[in-house]
Amino acid sequence: MVSGLLLGGFYAAVSLGVSLIFGLLDIANIAQPAFLVLGAYAAYVMNNALGWDPIVSGLLFTPVFFLLGALVYRVYYASFERRGDEALRGLVFFFGLLFIMEVSLSLTFGVDYRLVQTAYTSKSYEIAGVGVALRYLVPCVVGLLMTLALYLFLGRTFYGRAIMAVSQDQGALRLMGANPVHIKTIAFGVGIAAAALAGALLISIAPVIPSADRDYIGRMFAITVLGGMGSIGGMLVAAIILGVAESLMSTFFGPSWSLAVSFGLLLLALAVRPQGLFGR
Amino acid sequence: MAIRRWVVLGLIVALVVAAGSAGQVARAADPIKIGLGMALTGGLSANGKPALLAMQIWKDDVNKRGGLLGRPVELIYYDDQTNPSTVPGIYTKLLDVDKVHLITSGYGTNLIAPLLPMAMERKLVLMGMFGLANNEKYQYPNYFQIQPAGQDPQTSTAIGFFELAAKQNPRPQTVAIVGADAEYPQNALVGARELIKKFGFKTVYDRTYPPNTTDYTPIVRAIKATNPDIVFIASYPPDSVGMLRAAHEVKLEPKMMGGGMVGLMFTTIMTSMGAQLNGIVNYDFWAPEPTFMAIPGIKEFLKEYQVRAEKEKVDTLGYYLPPYSYAMMQVLGQAVEATKGLDQQKIADHIRKTEFTTIVGKVKFGKNGEWATGRTLMVQYQKIDGSGVEQFRGPGKKVVLYPEEFKSGNLIYPYAAAKN
Repeated sequence: MVSGLLLGGFYAAVSLGVSLIFGLLDIANIAQPAFLVLGAYAAYVMNNALGWDPIVSGLLFTPVFFLLGALVYRVYYASFERRGDEALRGLVFFFGLLFIMEVSLSLTFGVDYRLVQTAYTSKSYEIAGVGVALRYLVPCVVGLLMTLALYLFLGRTFYGRAIMAVSQDQGALRLMGANPVHIKTIAFGVGIAAAALAGALLISIAPVIPSADRDYIGRMFAITVLGGMGSIGGMLVAAIILGVAESLMSTFFGPSWSLAVSFGLLLLALAVRPQGLFGR
Repeated sequence: MAIRRWVVLGLIVALVVAAGSAGQVARAADPIKIGLGMALTGGLSANGKPALLAMQIWKDDVNKRGGLLGRPVELIYYDDQTNPSTVPGIYTKLLDVDKVHLITSGYGTNLIAPLLPMAMERKLVLMGMFGLANNEKYQYPNYFQIQPAGQDPQTSTAIGFFELAAKQNPRPQTVAIVGADAEYPQNALVGARELIKKFGFKTVYDRTYPPNTTDYTPIVRAIKATNPDIVFIASYPPDSVGMLRAAHEVKLEPKMMGGGMVGLMFTTIMTSMGAQLNGIVNYDFWAPEPTFMAIPGIKEFLKEYQVRAEKEKVDTLGYYLPPYSYAMMQVLGQAVEATKGLDQQKIADHIRKTEFTTIVGKVKFGKNGEWATGRTLMVQYQKIDGSGVEQFRGPGKKVVLYPEEFKSGNLIYPYAAAKN
């Protein structure tokens, strides 16, 4: 159970960007896992060259990723969204971006598995008779803090509220004098910046190769849909449900069933509530 | 007039003959094309790229010596993306469009599986690279596989592990086995189950997990709860790291642990995991121990490989797959030279009956295309200190325990004694 909660916290960090970009902005950015892996490699480089903790690197790289995300959105907007071509051609754009990033990483870093050792790798503590691995506790705490920060940003700041507004009614937002494209650029940038930090968490948990994005694409979108499109709190609950389900299945019924049961839960939940657990 | 006619006719004949021999000269200089798909991206690319580099080194070495049958050798390869569904298309193009003369497989069991029926249909010689038990069902006589698994490939990964365990005092009694839901781990687990029965151990945990699992701690906790004496793991690189880290976190300390963990022998993983590898007993195929370094040609190959690997950003030591990849090409090249042609059946017949001299030692194939005598090693990681790569270049860190003829040290038993 504890392992599942910790895993859920990490899944929340990984899914945050998708929840913002796909859930709120309705942009099917399937290249998001590639940004996650890019974030992991950025953390790897800093750890390898300067010995920095991956989370410190992840934090420092968030502004760079924000700018990168803003640039990607501007290209996407100019090429597809402005012309109303975003549905299928936009999807192809992000699909292409995913492959370009994957191949670029392969050419730059090679295809070997990359991993980092941190001060908390392979350490665990007994808390109330339950063994807690720091390798999962730290990413879980960071993931929860990231979720809380995004929740507060969306609810308490001008830009956050504007992002919520753009997801509901762009026309009304325009009437209020705000530029939806500008707001979406910021939102997209924040979503990609979240991938920098989530990638740093990923490499502190597991080894990474350029194609590691394929392992996470399903989980990211499943969590966003299960939680309810655009609901950050719902995303967190869905991430924890998936994490706990995977963990309990692995422990008690055999790990083979863990993913099947997790995604079975997703199907079941969607059959009962097609809008997701907290969707409107 | 008649003389002039005869002169013209003679000139025409001379021209035709000259043109014909020129054509023959051109054909003689035409390269011998060897085609393959290789995992250059995707999950197995960490092995696919070094394997390809070793093949390119062989090609360069052969061409420096004048090629095969006096013709240069050309490698034509495509990225199979570690995706078995790309294999039929790649080899159809290689055979029908690129018109390659010979083929080899790409790296790994999953990528050989769709190629074998194609090779059978076209009656081709197929050199297989590190496929586990691919030919068990087909028994195709023209398939030859370079991984030294031996005549019983399913048990080859685990045999040394369980033989060593059975010799320990006090003898371990209970076993936990676990592996990924993928072809290689499944084959290795089938072999492990057979050996557990043979040696009379008692299985207390026998489960599999999906390959893209993120958290291995629940699995390791469940294993720990059964308190096994030995733990046999059949895993791919990310799971090997995940399982090992989780074992350290959960403090799983059986008397012996390891077995079939792919990836621990990769340079980046060895250097990153460092001392966490100490005590693990795992399969391998090559180690820089005196027994292997004495084989002629290996030092020169590794010297060249390590220089080029640095530039091409692939496994910098190259101790796992590259020597065998090179050896596979040596077998094919020697067979072409010996049969003086490119006749598939003659080459296959020659490979079947001949013992080859390669940089990994003598290679002789048995009836199912596997090595006539298996040589899967069991090594134990010992006395690893920190993450420096230099320590892995010499002997003593990956001590060969099995088989006896390649043994370079003794097992530190139980695991806890070697771990610390």
